Amino acid sequence: MDKIATRDAYGKTLLELGSQNKDIVVLDADLSKSTKTNEFAKAYPDRFFDMGISEQDMIGTAAGLATCGKIPFASSFAVFATGRAYDQVRDSICYPNLNVKIAATHAGLTVGEDGATHQALEDISLMRGLPNMTVIVPADATSATKLIKLAAEYKGPVYIRLGRPSVPVIYQDTQEFQIGKGIRLKEGRDISIIATGIMVSKAIEAADMLQKEGITAEVIDIHTIKPIDKELIIDTARRTGRVITCEEHNIYGGLGSAVCEVLSENYPARVKRIGVKDTFGESGTPDELLKKYGLTSEEIVKAAREML
Amino acid sequence: MDTKELERIANQIRIDIIEMTYEAQSGHPGGSLSAADILTVLYFKEMNVDPDNPRWEDRDRLVMSKGHATPVWYAALAEKGFIPREEIKTFRKINSRLQGHPNMNDTPGVDMTTGSLGQGLSTANGMAIAGKLNNKDYRVYAVLGDGECQEGQIWEAAMSAAHYKLDNLTAILDHNGLQIDGPNKDIMNIEPIEDKWRAFGWHTIRIDGHNIEQIIDAIEEAKTIKGKPTIIIADTIKGKGVSFMENQVGWHGTAPNKEQMEKAIAELKERGERIG
Repeated sequence: MDKIATRDAYGKTLLELGSQNKDIVVLDADLSKSTKTNEFAKAYPDRFFDMGISEQDMIGTAAGLATCGKIPFASSFAVFATGRAYDQVRDSICYPNLNVKIAATHAGLTVGEDGATHQALEDISLMRGLPNMTVIVPADATSATKLIKLAAEYKGPVYIRLGRPSVPVIYQDTQEFQIGKGIRLKEGRDISIIATGIMVSKAIEAADMLQKEGITAEVIDIHTIKPIDKELIIDTARRTGRVITCEEHNIYGGLGSAVCEVLSENYPARVKRIGVKDTFGESGTPDELLKKYGLTSEEIVKAAREML
Repeated sequence: MDTKELERIANQIRIDIIEMTYEAQSGHPGGSLSAADILTVLYFKEMNVDPDNPRWEDRDRLVMSKGHATPVWYAALAEKGFIPREEIKTFRKINSRLQGHPNMNDTPGVDMTTGSLGQGLSTANGMAIAGKLNNKDYRVYAVLGDGECQEGQIWEAAMSAAHYKLDNLTAILDHNGLQIDGPNKDIMNIEPIEDKWRAFGWHTIRIDGHNIEQIIDAIEEAKTIKGKPTIIIADTIKGKGVSFMENQVGWHGTAPNKEQMEKAIAELKERGERIG
């Protein structure tokens, strides 16, 4: 299986979007080599704005550009784009419903060695709580490419959560995506594994492992956390009656919470949330961290066995 | 429009500020009265705007970074014809288009949503950059508060505007010296404010913010400065025009009662008669 980082897909997609639409502008806060906006910067220097280490100003500038018909993509690490500039995202972008795309990389534990200060584990929660905001978490490079293009076409604020490490490519180029519509990757009868971001490939691995034990699991990719695909979540819960959610995020406020909200109001079912258990991360390699914090296919299998 | 006519409009705007805050029994009269002459010159002498087409893409833009000064902005917009005059009485009331702090999608003529201090200048920078990208010759104006200059984001934006040579941007600092908790100098000193802006790469002009001719001259001068943004530091008096409100910290965010409203309006009407 090929492995590509979603941030690399972002860099390439921006280049393509830039050639198609001259209203696409890109802002960064001194991290363009890491966020991969540097490729756009090279190709379209007049439409690239490095704002220096000032995320609040970057978000505000993007908002101003959007009022004049530009389609700004503003990038930084997820922790800074959402946390440092939260009030700016809230009042300058979401309240006036401006057409700004916040494409944030280095989300989650897989930032790795930089440690807790750089590992956004609450960004989905922060962005999900803002009216008018759409929240997208691609699972692989293919879905990142397609969803970023859809985000560029969509009119309104979008938060796109991207990662640092190379992750398995799950989707074929022919796969179709729609903002707000999840994807059933595998059908099953015994349990539903609803995942987002890099945890989708772990969920597929877990389903394969369970299959060997005679347990069939549904695997669902919720690439849009908001608006969330209620129908699909209710439907899978009806089929299996048991749900595991998996995310590289705090168990509070992210995918697990969103799924529980949908199910408790519509089709109460047992849910187990896999995620970071309300703690900060630390330094280490991405794989070591995922293992230590319980974000592995083995943990999903264990949770499934416990629920059956 | 001559100076006398502009003074008359500014006085009417001041009357409206008092009426609006009285009707709402909330709002910010002090920092609205201090900016009344600035807004008057912007809307009735300088800015190229069209009340019949508020989102006209070639218009000059205004960002009220000190978003609490909605009374002066709405009064100017009503005077200019963006909103019906009688609507200003709905200010801050339920279902009104005139929110306590300005929202661009509610009120015609409001170019940017503000309210959380420190955010407006960055958005004005974005508009100025867009103007350059689109080869438009509109100008962007940002009205800042002096207490607002305590926000870090203002200085991020100050750096960016100079870095990107935004000479199509003019900031106007309503320097009335007071903030909610007291005088700037006691709460968090911002001086020497002109040196700070100059050090950040801006052209600075210092004026009496209640002198119509000085305001006009400064805005005209700003248009001639190339390669850098300009800030007009307008020394003003909080509560200007109403004797018992002038230089009183307490009138930052307090509405007048009936007696105070009547006294203020009587004073302003008398002032209007003196203008002639």
